[in-house]
Amino acid sequence: MSVAMTGDRGVSAQPEAIPLDAEELKRARAAKIEAVGRWVIPIFVLAATVVLWDRVCVWKEVPHYILPRPGLVFQTLLADWSILSIALLNTLKITFGALFIATAGGLGLAILFTQSKWIEISFFPYAVILQVTPIIAIAPLILIYVDSLTAGLLICAWIVAFFPILSNTTLGLNSADHNLQNLFRLYGASRWQTLRYLRLPSAMPYFLAGLKIAGGLSLIGAIVAEFVAGSAGSGSGLANQILEASYRLNMPRMYAALILISFTGILIFLTMTLISHLLLRKWHESALKREV
Amino acid sequence: MTAMVEKKMQETPAQSAPIISLKGVSKTFSNGTVALNNMSLDIRQGEFVSLLGPSGCGKSTALRIVTNLTGPTSGKVEWPQERANQKEHELSFVFQEPTLMPWATVFANVWLPLRLKGLSRKDAEDRVMEALQMVGLDQFAKSYPRELSGGMKMRVSIARALVTKPKVLLMDEPFAALDEITRFKLNNDILNLWETFGWTVIFVTHSVFESVYLSNRIVVMAARPGRVVNDMPIDAPYPRDESFRTSSVYAGFCRDVSGALHAAMGSGEEH
Ligand SMILES: Nc1ncnc2c1ncn2[C@@H]1O[C@H](COP(=O)(O)OP(=O)(O)OP(=O)(O)O)[C@@H](O)[C@H]1O
Ligand SMILES: [Mg+2]
Repeated sequence: MSVAMTGDRGVSAQPEAIPLDAEELKRARAAKIEAVGRWVIPIFVLAATVVLWDRVCVWKEVPHYILPRPGLVFQTLLADWSILSIALLNTLKITFGALFIATAGGLGLAILFTQSKWIEISFFPYAVILQVTPIIAIAPLILIYVDSLTAGLLICAWIVAFFPILSNTTLGLNSADHNLQNLFRLYGASRWQTLRYLRLPSAMPYFLAGLKIAGGLSLIGAIVAEFVAGSAGSGSGLANQILEASYRLNMPRMYAALILISFTGILIFLTMTLISHLLLRKWHESALKREV
Repeated sequence: MTAMVEKKMQETPAQSAPIISLKGVSKTFSNGTVALNNMSLDIRQGEFVSLLGPSGCGKSTALRIVTNLTGPTSGKVEWPQERANQKEHELSFVFQEPTLMPWATVFANVWLPLRLKGLSRKDAEDRVMEALQMVGLDQFAKSYPRELSGGMKMRVSIARALVTKPKVLLMDEPFAALDEITRFKLNNDILNLWETFGWTVIFVTHSVFESVYLSNRIVVMAARPGRVVNDMPIDAPYPRDESFRTSSVYAGFCRDVSGALHAAMGSGEEH
């Protein structure tokens, strides 16, 4: 009764020894160059920019209180590390705290929205209003009403970060394949089973795309809130360091703090990309290597 | 197996009780399309019925009504052999597309119907592997759908339909997107499985040749409005194989059914 297999187990099993023709060799070489270039070229551009920055400072004799040389910025970063590291830690706490709440809240609200049309109709407009009102305009109010500085900062960063997760996940939960939905109905799946086995996996790529945006936004939200709060106390973050340094015209420290913020942003982006890749690489089109 | 086939041949379908009974089913969509008009049809236990008709004549709609995915506008579907309040029927559906979950392995896809009934991976394992063996894909349990060819995906879909050991199997143009060789092969597989397990099959198709090869009864439908215009028995003995495909009996049936289909399409155009 069994049917003979068609096709091979996998393409990867093909022996290496097959003679490659010139066309294939060329394509393989191009692929390799592209893979290396993807990393090397941006790094090279960065290095060139830093060198150019340094050269411009020297050639034009720019004073260090206007534009410090990269070397000086780096020295300041090391010298002021004890102050900057505390600020960095505070900013990271707000950023990741907000990202966590935004993820949980966005996901939970999205699930709630798909369970009941009425809940979605009632609350979605307010999510949109929160999103379209610039955070810088609401932040002073929030920071006045909320006693704890940390809580105020968290709320501001959360407001900025949660919308992409909410709207992306809602879209994802609603775009489960119709035939699969019918199949689930046919087999008498409960609401919970349909959510667990069909809607959530379908929403995964959308959710992850939202998470990638939210990661960057929660950092932006944290920095903006810190600027508005403007405190110089124990809870002060990198934004406060920039403000303070600017009052004193301490340009090297401003640049050092700025570089730390940028690196944090890049790191968050790379982490999200990695998570997304690990979760999707087995099945989703976006993460698949196409075999040529 | 021969005993079973003989039994099937003796027992003309008209004698056994219907398992599904459509009574005056009509379906009008909200945009005014009359997809089905007063369709009555008795499907008997163990039959292999093909619904054959031009595009848009309501074949898919009929299947969706039988499975209760949509309700009829008027008329009703009865399952005379089941308890009155039984909600779920022991049926499986094979869609035109494989309709697999891309994030799940072949194993998990076939496991799904059992999983929804609360069976753990361990409890379901034997049955899942058995179903995969029936379609010859047990080697591919750990693969993802994207790693399979179109025909293999369709077989996974069939395995998923088989894993619940259904009494009734509904198939909506399951092989329409496949090449002829794969299609013939899957035709044979389905026939073999049908003879072994004694299911009732409702098979929707565009193809006269496929319907004659597979079924012991062909219901010809016409469009605008969708309705049954002809109900033809195909009394050729099973098992059928390649020699049947080239026989003059087969050619004769194909000619008759083609004629009926053309008549149906002609009458449809008059409207
Ligand atoms: N959701 C819908 N809303 C409105 N009209 C519909 C809908 N689904 C189907 N129809 C109409 O109902 C008629 C029958 O459709 P159905 O899908 O049952 O045809 P079919 O026989 O399966 O055709 P095919 O062979 O092309 O699959 C068609 O005229 C179609 O336009
Ligand atoms: Mg159809």
